[in-house]
Amino acid sequence: MIAHIWDILSTYGLILLIGQFPDGPLGGLALTLVLAVCGLVCAFPLAVLIGVARTAPWFWARAASAGFVNFVRGIPALMLIFWAYFAVPLLVGDIANGPVTVICALVIYEMAFLGEVVHAGICALPRGQTEAARALGLGYVETLRQVILPQALYNTIPSILNQFINLIKNTSLAYVIGVDELTTAAYQINAQLLTQPFEVFLILALTYFLLCFSLARLVGFVERRIKRRRTSAPTEQPI
Amino acid sequence: MTFDFSAILSGDNGIEMLSGAETTLALFISAWTIALVLALFLLAVRASRVKACEYAVMVYVEYHRNVPGLVQLLIWYFGVPQLLPRGVQFWINQHNGEFIYALIGLSLNAAAYMSEDLRSGMRAIPAQQQEAARALGLNYVQAMKDVIIPQALRHACPSLVNQALGLFKSTSLAMAIGVTELTYVTRQIESVTYQTFKVFAVATLFYLLVSSGITAIGSYLNKAGRIRR
Repeated sequence: MIAHIWDILSTYGLILLIGQFPDGPLGGLALTLVLAVCGLVCAFPLAVLIGVARTAPWFWARAASAGFVNFVRGIPALMLIFWAYFAVPLLVGDIANGPVTVICALVIYEMAFLGEVVHAGICALPRGQTEAARALGLGYVETLRQVILPQALYNTIPSILNQFINLIKNTSLAYVIGVDELTTAAYQINAQLLTQPFEVFLILALTYFLLCFSLARLVGFVERRIKRRRTSAPTEQPI
Repeated sequence: MTFDFSAILSGDNGIEMLSGAETTLALFISAWTIALVLALFLLAVRASRVKACEYAVMVYVEYHRNVPGLVQLLIWYFGVPQLLPRGVQFWINQHNGEFIYALIGLSLNAAAYMSEDLRSGMRAIPAQQQEAARALGLNYVQAMKDVIIPQALRHACPSLVNQALGLFKSTSLAMAIGVTELTYVTRQIESVTYQTFKVFAVATLFYLLVSSGITAIGSYLNKAGRIRR
């Protein structure tokens, strides 16, 4: 079996890594990473808005953001991918290709989950932070910008990275609408070989595993560091 | 656009839609039950203090946490049959093979998450609880049954409910290996009737309803289990 895996890797390794890239569109693992990174970058600012809206002093903002989050959390990511598959071409016209569609769906999905992460980060701060900032004369926006968000976002870095891992795993759903990322590439290689499905999908699983597992270790490391910085005694300043 | 759903909800399409919803629910409930049993087993193995067993469970959990659910299903459906003896392969294919492989994949995946939830529930109980229970004269089983597990379940309840919700949503992945559950049926009806938005609206509504049901049960359990002081 090891020999088979080696054969597959030496024949199709490049396709799994970058697809047809220099001669055709980007694919494989590279496209998976592009989808995940674009998804996170686009979803992050929107998620901060959602997280803030969840704690806003206006009822309609709280209701709308809570409604959105509950809606997205209640349906499978696959449903969102199909919705995007039909709706995105109608909305943006010809520039909608597979990867754009997938990114749109993943951004909406991640907005809700990342929004909850930011919301939890804001809620975890002691009330005294807001009260002190307001007592110092900062307005609502200034309080958020200078006091609440810097702390809340710093504390939630591990959860944000965890969401990134989830995002990488969710890019595999692009397979159902035929976007040529890692899972689709493996599926096509399997369709060409026909005789070694287990080896092909084992390679696929191992690739995802190595990527996500090492990221998860990194999250653990960052988490310990942040915890140490948050709980260590303040350094004494000479008066 | 008119709001006339009759083409989707009546006749053959309606029946198909219903059977899709039924398959989704059947897949969810059976996978959840199997996963719970398996998770308890994994928990027991991990508590056994035999290094090799603990490592095996760790590898199992990490595999299921770090590989996309879709890929796990593809492995079960396309990869594993190659390793099975002919007779077993034949038997599975005779008995709705897609459903069986989806059920195996989904429940193994959910069991990994569930066992972690249960374990962190157990770890939230300080060791003194066990010591105090033993000091009061309860034996190990009694201490577990009356003192540790009720508290651990309270701690684990919110994440177990979340996990159930996640499992319900991931039943939609089974469409990728040809299980005729709701998402699969939705796509099929869509390709026949071309009423894309209506079909998907109906399916989305169904998923939302069941999800809110699961969430409602979860918050009821949380409230019912709260300790009044």
